Amino acid sequence: MALILFAARRLFYAAILVIGVLVLSFLLIRLAPGDPVDTLAGQMGGMTEEIRAGLRSEYGLDQPTLVQLGIYLERFASGNLGYSYFFNLPVLSLILQRLPATLLLVLTALVVAVLSGTTLGVLASRRPNGLLSQFITVVSVIGYSAPVFWTGMLLIILFASVIPILPVSGMTAAAVSGGWLLDSVDVAHHLVLPAVSLAVVYLAQYSRLTRASMLDVLGSDYVRTARAKGLEERKVFFKHAFRNAMLPIITIVGLQFGNLLAGAIVVETVFNWPGLGRLAFDSVLRRDYPTLLGLLFFSSLLVIVANQLVDVCYRLADPRIKAS
Amino acid sequence: MRQAIAAFITILAIASAVAAPATAQEPRRGGTLVMGQSTGTTSFNNAVGSGTGIMVPGAQIFASPVMHDDKWNPKPYLAESWELSPDSLSMTLHLRKDALFHDGTPVTSADVAFSILTIRDNHPFNTMLAPVERVDTPDAATAIIRLKHPHPALLYAMGPPLMPILPKHIYGDGRPIKTHPNNSKDVVGSGPFKLVEFKPGDQIVLERFDRFFIKDRPYLDRIILKTYPDSQTSILELEAGRLLLQPFFNRVLELDRAKTNPQLVITNEGYAAVGGINWLLFNNKRKPFDDVRVRQAFAYAIDRDFIVKALHKGLSKVATGPIHSGFPQYSPDVTKYSLNLKKAEELLDAAGLKKGPDGVRLKVTCDYYPGDEDGQKRLAEYMKPALKKIGIEVEVRAPADFAAWAKRMATKDFDISMDAAFAWGDPVIGVNRTYLSSNIRPLVFTNNAQYENPKVDELLDAAGREPDAAKRKALYGEFQKIVTADLPLFWLTELPYHTIYNKRVHNPPTTIWGTASPMLDVWLSEK
Repeated sequence: MALILFAARRLFYAAILVIGVLVLSFLLIRLAPGDPVDTLAGQMGGMTEEIRAGLRSEYGLDQPTLVQLGIYLERFASGNLGYSYFFNLPVLSLILQRLPATLLLVLTALVVAVLSGTTLGVLASRRPNGLLSQFITVVSVIGYSAPVFWTGMLLIILFASVIPILPVSGMTAAAVSGGWLLDSVDVAHHLVLPAVSLAVVYLAQYSRLTRASMLDVLGSDYVRTARAKGLEERKVFFKHAFRNAMLPIITIVGLQFGNLLAGAIVVETVFNWPGLGRLAFDSVLRRDYPTLLGLLFFSSLLVIVANQLVDVCYRLADPRIKAS
Repeated sequence: MRQAIAAFITILAIASAVAAPATAQEPRRGGTLVMGQSTGTTSFNNAVGSGTGIMVPGAQIFASPVMHDDKWNPKPYLAESWELSPDSLSMTLHLRKDALFHDGTPVTSADVAFSILTIRDNHPFNTMLAPVERVDTPDAATAIIRLKHPHPALLYAMGPPLMPILPKHIYGDGRPIKTHPNNSKDVVGSGPFKLVEFKPGDQIVLERFDRFFIKDRPYLDRIILKTYPDSQTSILELEAGRLLLQPFFNRVLELDRAKTNPQLVITNEGYAAVGGINWLLFNNKRKPFDDVRVRQAFAYAIDRDFIVKALHKGLSKVATGPIHSGFPQYSPDVTKYSLNLKKAEELLDAAGLKKGPDGVRLKVTCDYYPGDEDGQKRLAEYMKPALKKIGIEVEVRAPADFAAWAKRMATKDFDISMDAAFAWGDPVIGVNRTYLSSNIRPLVFTNNAQYENPKVDELLDAAGREPDAAKRKALYGEFQKIVTADLPLFWLTELPYHTIYNKRVHNPPTTIWGTASPMLDVWLSEK
């Protein structure tokens, strides 16, 4: 019962959050000058006034902003995310089409960042003043400070001109399907550079955080007790210290999932990855309001889901945490 | 000199590419042509939309009544022959009887009539078919286009990028044509290629239509269009041999780089009908740009040869007036402006714009639209040092994005701005809109100079209806003379559009419509 209440409360907050995100972004994007019909006219190389007026009323852009917002929310409530002016497709199918590419990119980057970040952090914490630790610290600081697009561009220069072994654009080679096995290899090949560029920033953060957290835990009483009991150092390190040191990492991973999605916008644009990020970028430039709002809705949904998962992981890592 | 050498090398390269198949190799069936595009495709239905993202794939999927060669001559395509009535008020098309749509149904005059009316009522270029009153279909193989008045532009409006013949049984089902689901999915045309895969923003796969009505064409098995929003990526992919042909390419640095690659060829053929020109727009309704002397002073201070030679590395050409030099209606007999700072200063003095104690006569803002680095941004930036020499201080206003610039144009919130337009085959289609006083509208790519000259309106109207080509050319000649003297805007360069292709590609499209026409003769060799 308590769990159901807890879940219901969580859902309620999530719904309020989503509506807040929608209303705010709806109003914000309308502050940008120009509207979708102007951009459409540019793309078409001209347009007549009749067609323009027709489009405006077709898209409901001739209504006052608040009326448009009302119509949007009403449609949204009935599960209709609207229609993309540019892609000539319902927003929902457009997003579902692009979602797998982004999930693949973001989750791969996340896994790479968490695994290698914590490994490096743990390694660095074993001899905090050793050469390896210093090296990892330097690399982490560089990785953390470099903007994602810059890392991406450097990787492109390196792997397109100097050692051309990895593709630098798109998700698949220009070819027709060669069966799922060949296709997966092809996608994996294309995934390397974008995933690495996206992972580097977070990898650096996680390794710094793991190192600090491990050092903190290693100095605590229960570790001293464990050692005093004569427990094997390996067990002390991994079972007692590491598990506890992971808690802040899990928190940060959850909090940063949204950042990761934001980073995907940059990486997808640099590497021409056909996912939600690039769609978001293009939609802003084109003032494609329905697509953009749909994307923001999905992103907020993803962040909420990620946070719920973090809560579950938390409970797995630390049995003291209950549904309270 | 450097330009001459560059041109010579380009000519050699083109000549060798053209000569090679004739001497050494026979066209070969098969292969996949990978093409790049910078703007993603969102629809294939070029009956209701324009832009290269629609026209290039659209011309492969849909066939049109006629094609054109590289000398502006119409050639049979879906129409075997055509004739214009003596009063120039009806155009009779005699259609082939063996043409099939991709779903196997035959192409008939009903489809032609349906398509022409659909285009007339929905295409963004509304002047293109506006004089069409109705289309009669006495039998399945004959369509007669009835016109309200003579309309010589019709012959070009019937070409591949502008008049796709849609199957009436699919697009005429009553659903609104602009958002018809078959515009982007299960597209059915009668062109040489059919759509088999469409991933928006990523790739388009077109496959040879085996029952295409021209025997043994196309040579290619497949065309894949890949989207590369970033021009540097396309160059990298071209150099790697993964991308074989990149049309509508206008980045100067990358073109210059491609020139030095032995495996790549660059050509500016195939863009004649596109007719792109960029210019400096004056807000003629705002002081002091309402004074022709001020506008002319700007023209005498801007060094177009420098723009072409230095900023465009000799890859573009000075635009002398409102009509592209590739057009049959082009006239070189116009008021010419070359660099003359002394004259510019005299004109400004005469217009009452005297230098202040700081040497400044006038402060202006200059806008440009984003997306065309070499044709827009760099030229807007060039205005600053160029006009400083005659005491005009320019502030370049960088737009956040296209919509932001479009808004400034629509609300006429500008002093001067970079601008450009394409002519699309006939002055009536793409040139008139910039100069007709009836087209001053709150919208981009209209008469945003707000130029009004009744004589020009009259000339354009008369030329648009004049069936005799020589008389028509004379009318446009007079138009060009008047406009270059009035100077509502100042033409800078013809846009440096080029096709870059791998030497494996033979017979790259060089007709007036270039890659916006069907790739019937293109073939690939091993090396």
